[in-house]
Amino acid sequence: MSAAESIRYFLPELILAGSAIIVLIAGLFAGKRAVLGAFCLAAILLSIFCMPHSYEAAGPLFSNMLLNDTFSEFFKEISLLVIGLVILISIGYKGFSDEDAGEYYFLLLAAAVAMMVAASSNNLMMIYISLEAISLISYMLTAFLKRNRFSSEAALKYFLFGALATGVMLYGISFIYGIFGTTDLSVISGMLGTAGANSLAAAVALLLVFAGLSFKCALVPFHMWVPDAYQGAPTPITAFLSAGPKAIGFAILVRVFLKNFFPLFTGWADIAQAVAIITMTAGNIIAINQEDIKRMLGYSSIAQAGYILIGFVVGTSLGIQAVMYYLIAYVLMNIGAFGCVILVSNSIKSDHIGEYTGLAKREPILAFMLTIFLLSLAGIPPLAGFFGKFLVFASAIQSKYYMLAVAGIVNSVLAVYYYMKVVKFMYMGEPRMVAGEHKPLSVKLALIIALAGVLILGLFPVPFLRWIGNSLL
Amino acid sequence: MPFPLLSSIIFLPLLAGLLILFIPKGRTGMIKGVAAAATGITLLFAIFMVMGFDYNNTLMQFSEKLSWIPQVNINYHLGVDGISIGLVFLTALLGFLACIGSFGIKERQKEYYFLYLLLNTGMLGTFLSLDLFLFYVFWELVLVPMYFLIGIWGGPRREYAAIKFFIYTLAGSVFMLLSILALYFTSQPHTFNMLELAAAGSTFAKSFQIMVFVGFYLGFAIKVPVFPFHTWLPDAHVEAPTPISVLLAGVLLKMGGYGFFRISYPILKDAAIYFALPFAILGLINIVYGAFVAMAQTDFKKMVAYSSVSHMGFVMLGLASMTVTGFNGALMQMFNHGIITGGMFLLVGVLYDRAHTRDLDKFGGLGAKMPVYAGVLIVFTLASLGLPGLSGFVSEFMSLMGGFTAFRLITTISVLGMVITAGYFLYMIQRVLLGPLNTAWSGIADINKRELFTLVPLMIVVVAIGVYPLIILNYQSPAITELVRHIGGLLL
Repeated sequence: MSAAESIRYFLPELILAGSAIIVLIAGLFAGKRAVLGAFCLAAILLSIFCMPHSYEAAGPLFSNMLLNDTFSEFFKEISLLVIGLVILISIGYKGFSDEDAGEYYFLLLAAAVAMMVAASSNNLMMIYISLEAISLISYMLTAFLKRNRFSSEAALKYFLFGALATGVMLYGISFIYGIFGTTDLSVISGMLGTAGANSLAAAVALLLVFAGLSFKCALVPFHMWVPDAYQGAPTPITAFLSAGPKAIGFAILVRVFLKNFFPLFTGWADIAQAVAIITMTAGNIIAINQEDIKRMLGYSSIAQAGYILIGFVVGTSLGIQAVMYYLIAYVLMNIGAFGCVILVSNSIKSDHIGEYTGLAKREPILAFMLTIFLLSLAGIPPLAGFFGKFLVFASAIQSKYYMLAVAGIVNSVLAVYYYMKVVKFMYMGEPRMVAGEHKPLSVKLALIIALAGVLILGLFPVPFLRWIGNSLL
Repeated sequence: MPFPLLSSIIFLPLLAGLLILFIPKGRTGMIKGVAAAATGITLLFAIFMVMGFDYNNTLMQFSEKLSWIPQVNINYHLGVDGISIGLVFLTALLGFLACIGSFGIKERQKEYYFLYLLLNTGMLGTFLSLDLFLFYVFWELVLVPMYFLIGIWGGPRREYAAIKFFIYTLAGSVFMLLSILALYFTSQPHTFNMLELAAAGSTFAKSFQIMVFVGFYLGFAIKVPVFPFHTWLPDAHVEAPTPISVLLAGVLLKMGGYGFFRISYPILKDAAIYFALPFAILGLINIVYGAFVAMAQTDFKKMVAYSSVSHMGFVMLGLASMTVTGFNGALMQMFNHGIITGGMFLLVGVLYDRAHTRDLDKFGGLGAKMPVYAGVLIVFTLASLGLPGLSGFVSEFMSLMGGFTAFRLITTISVLGMVITAGYFLYMIQRVLLGPLNTAWSGIADINKRELFTLVPLMIVVVAIGVYPLIILNYQSPAITELVRHIGGLLL
């Protein structure tokens, strides 16, 4: 499809890009962050409304740079959900002043555009460019608390790791170009289907690409940036980092490895399996001793990525569905947990887990919500996180990956310890903190959406499974 | 559509719990009233269920089946048969009595009753589910309220006991989840339906059955608890508040035993036969070891906790026998143990509320100061140590009789357990009720009416079953016979 025709199906991204620029300029004059935030939310809703339904026009866009299919649509909607929730919790975050709001929302909307493009990329160059765009925006957002040393340090570490990882990935892409003479995924996949390839060179190239994507998904050993970045970044950005880039990273993993390079994937599964087991185990074991809740949730999110990777390793239709379902659940419960962290830190000015003592007496509803999110992360039925784990383990058992399944469940038990530690502090013990203060409506709204999502996804997963089933590659 | 009786039994407590969330914190009378009414009506429903139950029919009754997650063939499927009906009734009865017994709790009552009712929903759902996925959801649902109930309202080491309970039981049940998935993907067509799986069970390879059986075993054995997985039990029982100890001992332990009856044995019968001897040996260890450890305790509650380990050993022995008599004994032992030990924990609670200690060596001569209490305690103690004419004797005798046909030596040694049990219970009576009065307790009050109200129904059941066991055997025996025939055991 030519560029001019493609524009029609690129409308959601264009709306967001235009709104981003409007917000940036408006931020110079009208500083109210709630107003700007509301404008951004309106732009996101409009963008969802304009999302071209892929069954109408499935096919390549812009000379096959992008692919407009149900799979990309699914991840575009996830991206918009993430950005929408992050904007809602940002409105209530006290870390930065109103005058920075324009710039801040501009970056978030730009991130949304980059994520949407990444989700539909069908060319390795396009993937590289959009991932790099997400990364650059993430570095800036991490450093957004300009006068906070931790924030700057976090951004610098994040940047150094990211630069290395994307460099490695680009190197891998250059190998692929050398082997196939193109970076167009559809063409490569066609060549693999008919002729096969020099498997050693291709394996090296794919290993490098996998490394670059591991950084986005925060898989071991490319997870080192996570704890510092999560702790140092403004909390809404931590929520964004834990959900957005990770979801997109998995979308690209699935698209590149399971759709286009699948003939070469079989030898790969072993490495990916080892990465999955190490990732969840390392994440969980280190999380146990954390005292800062943002660091703890950071390590927990590493472990969660390990569970999600199980579905990817299995690589069957059920495995991919499990990845997609788990990602929706993960986005909701993780952003919900960080939203609760924001409200608590607004009130007690601390992210120290020990300071959560007695929260349930002062703030029963908040403590209840955080408990639900943590239980869901721990995989307790009937919450969304449980059904996600259920699908992941089901896919592993179905394809006889028993070791992965056992590693997964042993890890789920380990993880319960540190999730319940927070719950223990909240419910058992006398409160020390000052009385609760005003809680911004927008954060409450985000929490209610996340909570409802976690409950509905767990109890009535049928429509979501149907949605995912229709969005498979 | 007929009235969904089983769904009402399961979800009435949950609805009441949600209602309680909307009652202001200060109106404790109303909160207690709602909780008691909900558990009371649940008990009434359970009685309707028992009265409407046709015990000559070995099929599932009052069945309800709705499609829940059709993509993976998960159904909301409930039903009751002779195996589960006793346990459902037991849960509803103890749920109501322990609710009345909870009235003594003064702290954070709104949260307490919400969690308490949630726990009831989880327990009842576990016994009524016929879909493995649904079963697992209810099974795990029990953990969360139990964690809070021990951790917030428990004794001095409550936080440790609560997390230990949570992690221990979760560790077991996640292996059960893998077994459930393995069954699902091996059955053709894929199903979580326990009845269909039981019918298809003989097509599964023996090695596969053994693997899956072990997964389920970890989940169930930790709950029962079978040696060496019993170490969470004394901690949890001792630290939990009285009404929660009642439910822990009375109902939660039975969830494990029920799992063997409903899932492991019917679906994986080759593995069950394969593991018969280990089951008998573990039963023996539970019976004798539990009894010896109980004898060594000075804490009243811990003694009762270890006596549970000992008594649950009879369930294992009865199961191992693969006979109708043994199975009947094992299932009945679960019911009787629930009633008797539930009563014992209530009695410990009565004493602890007054004396604020459970140290057996600090009592003495209370028989004269608390005559009514002494009488009730003696009845429950005698029932627990297996005095003929009271319920405990019947089921232990049947378990041993079944066991004797299969494992003579093991059963003979197990009988020793009954002697030791008699020893430590009588020694407890001696230390608490007899001898000279410890002057510290000269002002101690006898059992009050509310406490008596929670104990009398249990006493009636103990005596009734002891004298005329057919009132329970009539319900369970046809289903048990069917089960033994299905497994290919001895119809003795």
